[in-house]
Amino acid sequence: MVSPTPIPMPETALTITGLTVAYGSVPVVATVSARFPKGSMTAVIGPNGAGKSTLLKAALGLIPAVTGDVRAFGQPVAKAMPRIAYVPQRAAVDWEFPARVIDVVQMGLYRKTGLLRRMTPGLKAQAMACLTRLGMQDFADRQIGALSGGQQQRVFLARALAQEADLMILDEPFAGVDAATESTIISVLHGLRSEGKTVIAVHHDLSTVPAYFDRVLLMNRRVIAEGATQSTFRRTLVAEAYGNTLLTAIPA
Amino acid sequence: MTDALLHALLFQGGYNAALVSLGAALLGLAAGAVGAFTTLRRRALTSDAMAHATLPGIGLAFLVMAAAGGDGRNLIGLLIGAGLSAALGLFWLQRLTDRTRLTEDAATGAILSSFYGAGIVILTVIQNLSLGRPAGLEGFLLGSTAGMLMSDALLIAGGGAVILALLVILRRALAMTAFDPSHARMMGVNTRAADMALLLLTLACVLLGLRVVGLIMIVALLITPALTARLWSDRVGVVALMAGAIGAVAGHLGAALSLVLPDLPTGPAIVLITFAAFLLSALFAPGRGLIARALARARLSTSVRT
Amino acid sequence: MTFGAEFVALTLPPMVIAVLAALGCAAPGNFLLLRGQSMLGDAMSHVVLPGIVAAFLLTGSAAQPIMLAGALAAATLSSLMIEAIRRTTNADPGAAMGVTFTAMFAAGVLLLETSGAGAVHLDVEHALYGNLEGLIWLDATGWASLADPAALATLPPELPALALATTLILVTLALVWRPLTIATFDEGFAATSGIPTRWLSAGLTGLTALAAVAAFSAVGSILTIAMLICPPATARLLTDSLPRQMTLSLLIAAAAAALGTIAAGYLPLALGVSFSVSAAGSIATLSGLFLALAATFGPRRHRRSAAA
Repeated sequence: MVSPTPIPMPETALTITGLTVAYGSVPVVATVSARFPKGSMTAVIGPNGAGKSTLLKAALGLIPAVTGDVRAFGQPVAKAMPRIAYVPQRAAVDWEFPARVIDVVQMGLYRKTGLLRRMTPGLKAQAMACLTRLGMQDFADRQIGALSGGQQQRVFLARALAQEADLMILDEPFAGVDAATESTIISVLHGLRSEGKTVIAVHHDLSTVPAYFDRVLLMNRRVIAEGATQSTFRRTLVAEAYGNTLLTAIPA
Repeated sequence: MTDALLHALLFQGGYNAALVSLGAALLGLAAGAVGAFTTLRRRALTSDAMAHATLPGIGLAFLVMAAAGGDGRNLIGLLIGAGLSAALGLFWLQRLTDRTRLTEDAATGAILSSFYGAGIVILTVIQNLSLGRPAGLEGFLLGSTAGMLMSDALLIAGGGAVILALLVILRRALAMTAFDPSHARMMGVNTRAADMALLLLTLACVLLGLRVVGLIMIVALLITPALTARLWSDRVGVVALMAGAIGAVAGHLGAALSLVLPDLPTGPAIVLITFAAFLLSALFAPGRGLIARALARARLSTSVRT
Repeated sequence: MTFGAEFVALTLPPMVIAVLAALGCAAPGNFLLLRGQSMLGDAMSHVVLPGIVAAFLLTGSAAQPIMLAGALAAATLSSLMIEAIRRTTNADPGAAMGVTFTAMFAAGVLLLETSGAGAVHLDVEHALYGNLEGLIWLDATGWASLADPAALATLPPELPALALATTLILVTLALVWRPLTIATFDEGFAATSGIPTRWLSAGLTGLTALAAVAAFSAVGSILTIAMLICPPATARLLTDSLPRQMTLSLLIAAAAAALGTIAAGYLPLALGVSFSVSAAGSIATLSGLFLALAATFGPRRHRRSAAA
């Protein structure tokens, strides 16, 4: 007897199966399943209230799900967490918090320092290198409250870089940032992809989707479409997610 | 005892007692209805800071009246003092939240505790000065209807009625401001004035409640009926009416109980009655109650799984 | 009696107790402040009373550990209730706290008034303003008593108890400083960095409850609230660095406690009246005055971020 040849599957960084999240008894994410292949860069798009942020938070276990299974790199997501970096929405934190820029970036080293280990010169240099990658080295001692929105977002990304994760999940990284920051961030993210890392980002600006992302997850509480940008980012599908709005910039 | 309670409830415990429980009922009605708006505007604990900030004023008013040779316990005089010091507390609360980076809850706690501390210092001065004769100001901490003067009961009942009348007049502006201040402004509502009016109505409830419920727990009469009513309805008007009704029943029942059992402080009795209403509603209210929610959630997860 | 002997016997013990209570409350207060949970301290200090009364009525004993257990149980119950009310009603946390602590405090007062618990020196006024002035050291004869083991054994028992609780609070906070800071700044990020955020926030609530309970019998609920909130809020207006904010808040708390105790005891005398005023009240007032000064002149009093 010949054993069936296994179908070669591209390795996945994150697999979501049948995830449902409800606020009270109202489902905001309904049985969503999605795959994010290793080395891909995926935009999660959909109208306001489509449950994009909720999906990612629930996938990471930050908010409870009603049902569903989430695996990262073949393991339960909780186990794979050391390989994942999460960049929340900028508005999710209080920027008046008494901390300097470098303090925030060093938070990304927590898995290395733990409770009590000293912040060694090597670790400090690593945090500084992450800031430099985002062009923020001159701001290291600046109070975080004194930063512009774009600078705050760069600090958040630097903190995620310090985690040296294989999967980076970002919640609206381009919301309210200036053009220079947007191009810095996207080149850092493209750099990560070329290192073989996986990037997933909630994204709002439909005009930049084809230039920035190679894959798209289109959703509105449920999955509308999922796949390569070329085949998925189509006018009919996007219109289905957003309702019938004029989307002439998008290929038919 | 049940007989006596029944008499008190039916306003048959004597003219004085009837007046006290009528006053408490009107107070509960006013505070419940005003509290519906205060809670909707998310200023529940502002009223707590206000209540605690009355204490130094009560003490100082007592000292001033006693020094002037009058009766330090005149309720109107004490309430004027209480109102002034609560206004000073509100002024500083506003200053801390507007002009500094402190958040509203921290500012509230800071005002509450430091004004209350100052009040306690003044109370200890009075205790030492009055040389054996108790000043009777402790009643303002936990509330006490025992030995309440008829004029006091009349003041509370009359004040409650005035608050209610004002609330009826202002209800639309208050509701719009609480729901969406910027929309209300566009519709021509002076939201600053509406907020100020709500603050003053809340302060009036706090002041009238001092004698009956006491300054530590008066906030319960503003918040708890409102949250209870919220469990049953989403409409502002209905919530305000229901909250007022709950407050009225609690006020009346609590005052009657404490007339029958003089050892029972009125404040805790009223507070626990409103809380019982809340607990029952939290369990059984359709839609938002815990039981209804658990059922809905169970239905959802079975429908998802199959 | 010389001034030294009087000071050591009558002023020093309340002062040290007040300072210890102030430190134990101010330290967790810094994190409560940054988490927008300052009023949790208010709620905690109100629910200590019903916890203690219930523990006494259930066990018939007024021993310290039993009172402590009762108070901690009440604190735990109240934080569960606040969370449950917030979820069921969608109310803001403030309203949920208001409902909870007024109801529990009312229950405590009712139990106290209708049962025989008054017999164990529990009364509502004591619960509110503590009994700092009563905590004197009768066997002290002067500064030399501080080195005399026999005299030290007769210190008010509140002093060693508070010293223990405050040390425990400070050491715990020092141990979890790093993860607690991260979780306070950004809970979502912290959770994905392997920080047990739920345990930390439950732990912070627990420490707050411990501070409230330990301080309660000596200084009363009002001082507990003042010390949980005012010194951290004052320090917040003076610096932009968290370690410095913590240090300053502890210094401010200790200063308010020491100066407040002395002012309550000696200021009226200096003014020519022959009585003292409530020490707890004067410490709370002083901490409010410090905050007013910082709010008017503090170098970091203004909000900085234009965004958010």
